[in-house]
Amino acid sequence: MALAGLFLLLFLPVHLIINLMLLSNDPEPFNRAAHFMASFPLVKIFEIILILALLVHAAWGVYIQICNWLARPTAYASGNKAPTVFFSKFMIWTGLSVLIFLVLHFFNFYFIRLGLVPGDPKDFYSVAYTLFSVPAYNYIYLFCFALLGLHLYHAFYSAFQTLGLNHRIWSPVVNIAALIYSIVIPLGFAFISVAIWQFR
Amino acid sequence: MKFTLKIWRQKNAEAKGAFVTYRVEEISPEMSFLEMLDALNKKLAAEDNDPVAFDHDCREGICGSCGMYINGHPHGPVPAVTTCHLSMRHFRDGETIWIEPWRAKPFPVIKDLIVDRSAFDKIQSAGGFISVNTGAAPEANSIPVRKKDSDEAFDSSICIGCGACVAACKNASAMLFVSAKISQLALLPQGRVEAKERVRAMVEKMDELGFGNCSNTGACEAECPKEIKLTNIARLNREYYKAF
Repeated sequence: MALAGLFLLLFLPVHLIINLMLLSNDPEPFNRAAHFMASFPLVKIFEIILILALLVHAAWGVYIQICNWLARPTAYASGNKAPTVFFSKFMIWTGLSVLIFLVLHFFNFYFIRLGLVPGDPKDFYSVAYTLFSVPAYNYIYLFCFALLGLHLYHAFYSAFQTLGLNHRIWSPVVNIAALIYSIVIPLGFAFISVAIWQFR
Repeated sequence: MKFTLKIWRQKNAEAKGAFVTYRVEEISPEMSFLEMLDALNKKLAAEDNDPVAFDHDCREGICGSCGMYINGHPHGPVPAVTTCHLSMRHFRDGETIWIEPWRAKPFPVIKDLIVDRSAFDKIQSAGGFISVNTGAAPEANSIPVRKKDSDEAFDSSICIGCGACVAACKNASAMLFVSAKISQLALLPQGRVEAKERVRAMVEKMDELGFGNCSNTGACEAECPKEIKLTNIARLNREYYKAF
C-alpha cells in the first residue's frame, strides 16, 4: 500500500505541471501535452502501473480499514483523546472522498479518451474550461483538494515509516517535505481552478 | 476530594456489561488511582456489594498489570505513567471519571476492568526469545556490542507489555509492543541469529490473533507509559522485509 501510494505521489507533480499549461491562452500546449500522455508508449506503460497502483492502494486501504474496525468491536465511551495528528485518524474518509472525486474526474477526462464517454479527446483544454466555469464544480474541486492535502500529509511520511525508512536526521526532513508537498501540490491545482473560474 | 466514577461493570466474559456510577469521598490528593479504587472497594465490600475487579500487582510501574482506560487515555491523562503511579491530584475535585477496560478483540474482558492479555504471551511465545544454552554467565566482553545499539536495545526492552499501545490505537494494533520485542533482540548480536524466523513468526501470530494494522497515527507512542518510540515500528517493518 505504501509503495502504491508513493507511486501516486510521484505522479501528482507531473499532472500539476501539465495542468499549469491551462493558464496559457493558447490551447495548443495543454492539448499537445495531453495527447503526448495518451499516446507515448512509455507513458502508456506508466499509465497502466498508475491505474494498478490506484486500485491496489484503494482496495488495500478499504480492506485494512475493515480489519481495523473488526479489531475493536466495542468503542470507548470516553472517546480516544491520544494527542496525534488529527486527520491521521480519518485517512479512510479523506481517501474515499478523493476516490469519489477521481471517478468524477475519470468521467470528465479519462473515459472520454478511452471512448467510454462521448467527448472530444483532442480538446481537453475546452473540457477543462467548461468545467471550471461551473461554480459547483469548483467548490467540489477545491473541497476535494483540501481533503487530498490532508490525506497526502499523513500519507507522505507514513509511507516512509511503513517501508521502514526512518533515520535520525532524514526522518525530520521527510516530515518537512511531507508538509511542503501536501500544501504546494493541492494549492497548485486549486490555484489553476480559481484562476480560470474567476479571471477568465 | 470527591469524585463521581463511571465504571464498566461486567460479571464475566459472556455477560453484557454496563457503566455503573459510584461516588467516592474523602480521597486524598496524594492517593494513587488504585488506592482510590481500593477505597471504593472497601466501601462496596462493607455494603456487601461486589467489589470492582481490576488487575494490579507490583504498584511500582514495572509489571504492566494495572491497565485501565481512564477519561479517554490508557493509564489516565498523565503522560508516561502507569495507572498505579497516577495520583488523584491530577484530577479536579468533583470531576467525573470514566473508567473502562482495554477495548480490543484480542483482549476480551474477563471481569469488570480485567482483560485477558494472554494474546501478548502468545506473540512472545511465537518467537520473542533466543535459543541458547544459557549455562554459566559468559564473559561480558567476549561479544562486542556498540554502545548505541545496547542503549537502543535497552530502551526497547523497557516495554512492560501492559497493552496501552493496543488500547490507545484507533485500530487496536499491537505493532508498538511487537516492534519493541523484536527490536530488543534484533539490535544485539545474540538476537540476530534467529531474527528472520522471529519476525515472521511474531507478526504472523499478531495478525492471527486479530490485532489491527498500524496506520502510523502515533497514538501508541503518545500514550505508552514507558515512552517506547515509533522508530521501533520502522525497525520491525525493516526486519520483516529482510526476512523474505
